[in-house]
Amino acid sequence: MDKENVKRLISDMGAHDCVECGKCTTVCPVTRFNPEFAPRLVVVKALAGEEMDLSKDSDIWICNTCEICNNMCPYEVDYSGFIRGMRGEASREGHEPDCSQGGLLHAMMRIMANSDLPQKRLDWITDELKLADKGDVFLFVGCLPQLDAIFEGRNLDLVETARSAVRIMNRMGIEPVVSPIEKCCGHDLNWAGDEKNFIKLMNHNVQVIKDSGAKTVVFPCPECMRTFDLDYQDFLGDFDFEMTHISEFLARAIEEGKLEFPENISISTTFHDSCRLGRHLGLYDEPRKVLTEIPSVELVELEKNRDAATCCGVSGFMSCNSTSKVMQMEKMQDAKRTEADVLVTPCAKCRIHLDCSTRDETPVDNDLINIPIMDFTVLVDMALRGKLQIPDAQDKEARMEDEKPE
Amino acid sequence: MTEAMAPAIEEEFQPSILVFCCNWCSYAGADLAGVSRLQYPVNVKVLRVMCSGRVDPYFILRALELGADGVLITGCEIGDCHYISGNVKAKERIERLSKLLDQIGIGSDRIRLEWIAASEGTKFAQVMEEFTDHITNLGPNPLKGSETGGG
Ligand code: SF4
Ligand code: SF4
Ligand code: SF4
Ligand code: FES
Repeated sequence: MDKENVKRLISDMGAHDCVECGKCTTVCPVTRFNPEFAPRLVVVKALAGEEMDLSKDSDIWICNTCEICNNMCPYEVDYSGFIRGMRGEASREGHEPDCSQGGLLHAMMRIMANSDLPQKRLDWITDELKLADKGDVFLFVGCLPQLDAIFEGRNLDLVETARSAVRIMNRMGIEPVVSPIEKCCGHDLNWAGDEKNFIKLMNHNVQVIKDSGAKTVVFPCPECMRTFDLDYQDFLGDFDFEMTHISEFLARAIEEGKLEFPENISISTTFHDSCRLGRHLGLYDEPRKVLTEIPSVELVELEKNRDAATCCGVSGFMSCNSTSKVMQMEKMQDAKRTEADVLVTPCAKCRIHLDCSTRDETPVDNDLINIPIMDFTVLVDMALRGKLQIPDAQDKEARMEDEKPE
Repeated sequence: MTEAMAPAIEEEFQPSILVFCCNWCSYAGADLAGVSRLQYPVNVKVLRVMCSGRVDPYFILRALELGADGVLITGCEIGDCHYISGNVKAKERIERLSKLLDQIGIGSDRIRLEWIAASEGTKFAQVMEEFTDHITNLGPNPLKGSETGGG
């Protein structure tokens, strides 16, 4: 571990301002279920100049980088930034996180970073969708097609989010650019400390956007948005194109009267503030504004909402463990208690994780967690088409019956 | 050099092929092929696992990332898996991974799943030969030479 780097990380995070009030530990969802872990202690250890354990099951990897602690800290100690930096140190020393899906996703990202193989990333496009090769608006699709391949069989149809975004834009008279050579934004590698490959992906993607001549990039994914807006610009300085999350884009369109909602069945929704969209980017109002502007949609808040929302339990496909599971169970129970018809999430990965948590044997009764999960963009598109529908909740019992080996 | 080893197209290209063999069937099949003195290409490197269900898609992608030209996964016939449904899961996983490989441009034709029983020494040798030919025709892993793909 490079002592100088660690010192710099400690001063960058503002650890010297820490007054050891312990607020961060009180709110940390990981601490709640894993008493061996506490953000405050890591800060204290760092301040005392203690050597840190960088191995895969150590403190630096179990943090979800959800930033509740940053958010609560009266002295704005940037805990998650410190964690990311430490992961960089760990990765330089050859340590790796304990990846969920065995590391498949990170391998895919590294492959993209190091090659220019001809991808098939546009198979999701249907005839009804109007797209352009060049134009003002770029739709950054991200890894939705790849995630669909990896999680096939779960019937999540994640790429429907991209189709929905295009349909909505077409309705507004916009034909967005989508690129066959776009690559993963590198969010997960960045948070895994793999800076080298992250930078390769960054340089490639920024070039793709510049070459397209687009003035605005719209992101359906909170992670891609965070990565461009905060991390890429951190490295490369301010971009001259505008970056906007689909919720901001839609909120603005509604405000300008560009979207009209026809009649729909009424449904009540509750909204999951994904940590990237909420605490990382501060976008709390925009998605709520959109949901409440849909005449037939009602919004009921989760008990833990906005900046107090807990995350989905797994970040960057790292450290999916028993703590993640408990966090997911809490989230699903909170959602079910609202008595809303659906839980709406803006993030494909949250959907993957929350869906997964309700699949196999759960520590909690099925009745307490079986609320269907819907993607934000897909819901808005359905509402615009007058086709709002409540999807089926995960029927765990029926599914387990199906999957029994003969 | 045997006939099978002489690559048909490019003289120099000798693919490196990783084969996952299930302990209970294809690994025994490989043994039988050896005991029966059947020839199969030296390009094949066998890795024994307890069941085809042990093969995480990540293992396969990681092998390709590190420059393997082809990966073969072998297991017991459906219904014969010693862990009941390990091979059914392997089949599903490989179908999913194939999709991903096509999407990211490596191509699903670099991986294959085969059922080979313990008694099928001849089949083992045949499959190795055939798959080696197939990969030789495909040419080197496109990741070779890149930073991930090693040399
Ligand atoms: S970022 Fe989240 S998980 Fe990590 S220490 Fe802070 S509150 Fe806990
Ligand atoms: S909340 Fe901030 S000041 Fe309080 S212990 Fe945590 S890091 Fe220190
Ligand atoms: S929550 Fe499920 S999908 Fe997500 S990493 Fe854990 S096991 Fe995998
Ligand atoms: S034991 Fe051979 S495939 Fe499962």
